[in-house]
Amino acid sequence: MNAPTRVWDSLQRNRAERLARAQTALGGDLAGKALPAARIADLLHAVLECGDRVCIEGNNQKQADFLAGALSRLDAARINNLHMLQSVLALPEHLDVFERGVASKLDFSFSGPQAGRVARLASAGKLNIGAIHTYLELFGRYFIDLPPRVSLVAAEAADRKGNIYTGPNTEDTPVIVEATSFKNGIVIVQVNQIMDQLPRIDIPGDWVDFVVESPTPYYIEPLFTRDPALISEIQVLMAMMAIKGIYAEYEIQRLNHGIGFDTAAIELLLPTYAESLGLRGKIGTNWALNPHPALIPAIEAGFVESIHSFGSELGMENYIRARPDVFAVGPDGSMRSNRAYCQAAGHYACDMFIGSTLQIDLQGNSSTATLGRIAGFGGAPNMGADARGRRHASPAWLKAGRQARAGTSAIPRGQKLVVQMVETFREHMQPAFVEKLDAWELAEQAKMAIPPVMIYGDDVTHILTEEGIANLLLCRTAEEREQAIRGVAGYTPVGLARDKRMVENLRDRGIIQRAEDLGIDKRLATRDLLAAKNMKDLVRASGGLYDPPKRFRNW
Amino acid sequence: METLNYRFEQGSRKLAAEPKIVGVVSSGNLEVLIESATLDGACEIVIQTAAAGFGPIWQAVMHDFQQRWQLSDTRIAINDMGATPAVVSLRLDQAVETMLGGAS
Repeated sequence: MNAPTRVWDSLQRNRAERLARAQTALGGDLAGKALPAARIADLLHAVLECGDRVCIEGNNQKQADFLAGALSRLDAARINNLHMLQSVLALPEHLDVFERGVASKLDFSFSGPQAGRVARLASAGKLNIGAIHTYLELFGRYFIDLPPRVSLVAAEAADRKGNIYTGPNTEDTPVIVEATSFKNGIVIVQVNQIMDQLPRIDIPGDWVDFVVESPTPYYIEPLFTRDPALISEIQVLMAMMAIKGIYAEYEIQRLNHGIGFDTAAIELLLPTYAESLGLRGKIGTNWALNPHPALIPAIEAGFVESIHSFGSELGMENYIRARPDVFAVGPDGSMRSNRAYCQAAGHYACDMFIGSTLQIDLQGNSSTATLGRIAGFGGAPNMGADARGRRHASPAWLKAGRQARAGTSAIPRGQKLVVQMVETFREHMQPAFVEKLDAWELAEQAKMAIPPVMIYGDDVTHILTEEGIANLLLCRTAEEREQAIRGVAGYTPVGLARDKRMVENLRDRGIIQRAEDLGIDKRLATRDLLAAKNMKDLVRASGGLYDPPKRFRNW
Repeated sequence: METLNYRFEQGSRKLAAEPKIVGVVSSGNLEVLIESATLDGACEIVIQTAAAGFGPIWQAVMHDFQQRWQLSDTRIAINDMGATPAVVSLRLDQAVETMLGGAS
């Protein structure tokens, strides 16, 4: 009996068939790899096959919105059951494909703005969620078990050979294109313009199959811009505690900040409060961070040596160009970001992650999941987790490791600092501390295998609220840990149920520290301490180089 | 609108005679007037709050405040527009620290 002859090049053959169909469909309308925007539906109908895994560049910043729109309007009788892969669901079109039956399955990371609709479509059976990932995890699967057959990405410009200039918002584009191209998939790029000569080549043309100039520039969300005018005095107080009680205490030089006003307040206190403590050059020197406008005053004050970014930030382009020692820029002078590399860098090369959350339970598990919304994770879990593969030492990493292991016979190693910063009450007096996370009920509703936890309690080293800092590294028992959390939970039911004597004991041992224990003068906790009090101050601090998006131009 | 009254006896710390107003009456904020008054060593606090139903939390916040400062012969009037306990505590502490003076 002869074994059937195995075909070893089915992917290559299939790719050739798709390209041939595209050639037939577009004919003379193809100029090199460039096609007119009006022919996009014909191209997609030609290259797609039912059931394809399709990766669409929905990042948390730039969006392949023209391609998303075209995909959502395809004839579902011809193209259906697509399996969508995308790091972020940001646009209505990302869900229209499910509503219209073009796609049926989804693997993703984050769906912030569309979280409610994701939950509704999932419960209506129109959208089958494979899994919710962190960014690196999803990118990893693009190379292992989920290589895209077709990818739809966005960039600043292309030439007719398909060479791509991504511009400062490189973001996910390189990782998507590489995963697709080298598994013989098809790469289609929407660009703002087709040029004869690109400023620089971010992705070589032979990894790209088609480029299309979109009728309007791709949509981009200024996700990391925070107006200093909205920072509260409580956030100033918490930022003072963070700087004195954690940054100075551990000599944090390499770090990542989450999104939000809590960490924006810290950025704006570096040139004022941290400077007054003599911390310039000692903390906050090297960052894995998007170009936060709120960091401009600290950069100008000489706090910051370097920043590597996941993406860029709208309006920061000229400022970045003028500070090439600080940011990563190409030979053309504009920035190149990279979400995959920066996530890896944030995980392995940073000593601390500090970010906000919505709910914390008694074990310190932290979640942003709320009922009726499937919002996902994004990148915070990659930053907010101890890097157990890390082997190089730094003072901060060693000190955290020593504190966690003091009095035990465990072999010495370091630990990443993972700080959750949260006011005890959110808006409408919703307590941030809870006995049980909403994530449990959401998991049940959405039939998830496990509750969607953003940062696991055993990775969290410090919880910082307006009431103080709980150092979980120093807790020796589960009971101590619970009381340390209750001890900074303020007047929430969880906080009011504390064992007062035990909390005072934890305070005596330095496991809980109040502002007064840290020698912080609360009279200074006013907005006067912010290095910029509004958007105009940020523009001024940048020497006029920062150009905020219209919605932030409130002067 | 709800009015809450608290009186804590036998404080040990007197404040300067000069009254002090801190904060502003705006959403999520509050205005605090602190003045010294002859009250037999007690500290009296009267709260006008726009958010009804938070009596137990106010009670706990005021109790902890008095634990920290042990004020005597002091009258405090609070005009609250839905401030969180965090804002209330910070405002009160700032007001007392300012009245007690000392290097900032």
